[in-house]
Amino acid sequence: MTQSADTLLQVSDLTLHYRTRRGTARAVDGVSFDLRRNEALVVLGESGSGKSSLAKALMRLLPRNIERFSGQVMLGDMDIMQLGDEAFRKQVQWNRMALVMQAAMNALNPVVRVGEQVAEPLRVHRGWSKDRAMERVAETFRKVGVSTDFLQRYPFELSGGMRQRVVLAMALVTEPDVVILDEPTSALDVLTQASIMNVLKRIKREEGTSFILITHDVATSSELADRVALMYAGQIVEISDARDFFHYPAHPYSQMLMDSVPRLHQAEAPGYIPGEPPDLIDPPTGCRFADRCPSRFSKCSQDPPAFSPDERRRVRCWLHEDEVARGS
Amino acid sequence: MEAEQQNDILLKANNLHTWFDLRQWGFLRIGSVRAVDGVDFELARGEAVAFVGESGCGKSTLARTLLGLHRPTSGDVTFDGQELSTLKGEARQQYLASVGYVQQDPFGALPPFMDVRRLLSEPLIIHGVKDRDTREKRIRQVLEEVRLTQVDEILPKFPHMLSGGQQQRVVIARALLLEPSMLIADEPVSMLDASVRVEILNLLRNIQKQRSLTLAFITHDLSTVRHYADRIFVMYAGRIVEQAPVEKLLDSPQHPYTQSLLAAIADVDADNALEERDVPSGEPPSLLKPPQGCRFHPRCPKAIAGTCDVKDPPFFEPQTGHFSACWLHDEAHRG
Repeated sequence: MTQSADTLLQVSDLTLHYRTRRGTARAVDGVSFDLRRNEALVVLGESGSGKSSLAKALMRLLPRNIERFSGQVMLGDMDIMQLGDEAFRKQVQWNRMALVMQAAMNALNPVVRVGEQVAEPLRVHRGWSKDRAMERVAETFRKVGVSTDFLQRYPFELSGGMRQRVVLAMALVTEPDVVILDEPTSALDVLTQASIMNVLKRIKREEGTSFILITHDVATSSELADRVALMYAGQIVEISDARDFFHYPAHPYSQMLMDSVPRLHQAEAPGYIPGEPPDLIDPPTGCRFADRCPSRFSKCSQDPPAFSPDERRRVRCWLHEDEVARGS
Repeated sequence: MEAEQQNDILLKANNLHTWFDLRQWGFLRIGSVRAVDGVDFELARGEAVAFVGESGCGKSTLARTLLGLHRPTSGDVTFDGQELSTLKGEARQQYLASVGYVQQDPFGALPPFMDVRRLLSEPLIIHGVKDRDTREKRIRQVLEEVRLTQVDEILPKFPHMLSGGQQQRVVIARALLLEPSMLIADEPVSMLDASVRVEILNLLRNIQKQRSLTLAFITHDLSTVRHYADRIFVMYAGRIVEQAPVEKLLDSPQHPYTQSLLAAIADVDADNALEERDVPSGEPPSLLKPPQGCRFHPRCPKAIAGTCDVKDPPFFEPQTGHFSACWLHDEAHRG
């Protein structure tokens, strides 16, 4: 994991623990990855795997009950974890990194015209004039496929798909380097979902934006991913190129997850993963997936480090220790 | 459909309409939302069917109408030879017992202040099982059946102490308690994680086969249907537009709407990220004032001007057992 010129964001050992009545919840527990320019990294995980907390940690949208928040996040050559809250808000939030939160389309202000809402970051953060801001908003609306007639509309006048595009426009309007999307299509219908994914593909291609797409849905993830990071119980268990991940997953959890995806035109029925993910408050020592893993062996009681069977992959599983040793 | 099945029909919907009145100031009717607008089908005993469609296509209203939660505006539902709207008192109670309901959101479906034993006892008490031991025995049986095998651990738990998958099993157990002959499952897995979904779907399918239940499985997700239903009904804007056995429908969809639904989803592949999908423009129509003629025609890439926007398409049978409500199958419009 050396930083190349192409690396836009480099996250090392990011940790976010919540204080709860029952104890410390390790929502993000030592997560490392990097994001290259014009790349879409999908963070895949089931509910409770810590993927939304990861988004919040990156954007520093934190609740009050923080027990521990640490690690290094290099955006370009600036460690944004070292910035104070005020500086972070001014320099990073919206300007260089934007977040589309889950169900954000339902969080639009109902009494403000959508054009003005999208213009807000420009007006507030950059102090642009109204005309200048609205011109940019209109341009962004065209990019996401919303007619500029809608600038003057209120959210209730728009369908779900249109509102989701407006929210997307809000994140893109400041032309940030990184756009984080938290479940951007999970509340939408199949056809609307596909058209939103089309918009994202187009923006990625034409604008060169980098995306971190957070989702629980493998099928959605394959619509945008260059690389996939799979989270389980607060950790990234595998990070691989999309092609490798979807076709030759390495971690046993990845393999079982891929096997549980129903296929339209496949005669065999999909499989499933017996058992439940562990409690984030008191996760098992050693590999956190071991309880559900069909290939566990004695070594799994120790915490596996991330092995790199090749340069495009990192896998947190002892099964890949030998492979790495043989390779080197 | 087929003559030899006649006697085996459990449920039949006949030109079913469920409309909701839209009122101003509480009394002035200003229109109706035509959630279910002319639906006909027959479900055989022991058959699993899926109703597939996007939100607002009327599939959940249809389920709730079948359950007797909404009164149909016109048309009727016949269950086991009896017309639903004529059932009163005891007979209606009997009907409700013979149709189990599996809700979409398991947590919302379970009363938060009752432990599992209590919430599973409730329907038995209501339906007159007075003996405590008999109730306990029945409860243990269904919990075993839904593979919550550590019964003693589960019984005293409250819903929030269970995982999503366990909650959904409890919901299924509750639906099975009164020995129904039919199950209606409304999006039974859409709130669950991918790795658990298949487990729950397998469970439903196995129970359906073992008990030879009729299962109506309502979903928005065509990709989960293949192994869990025998027939599919595709709904759009309050109507059924296509019906066929599962494989036929998925492998050779006939209606342009079904074709575009299938074109919008793809099996997981790294190449998906490289190409944009064909998506019909526009949105499903308002159910207050659905378009004249075929309801899909404003979005349909193959719409025939002068026909599709004028006349309602009837069902055609382009292949045996495969029905599609689209003028393209009409001899007069071919070629």
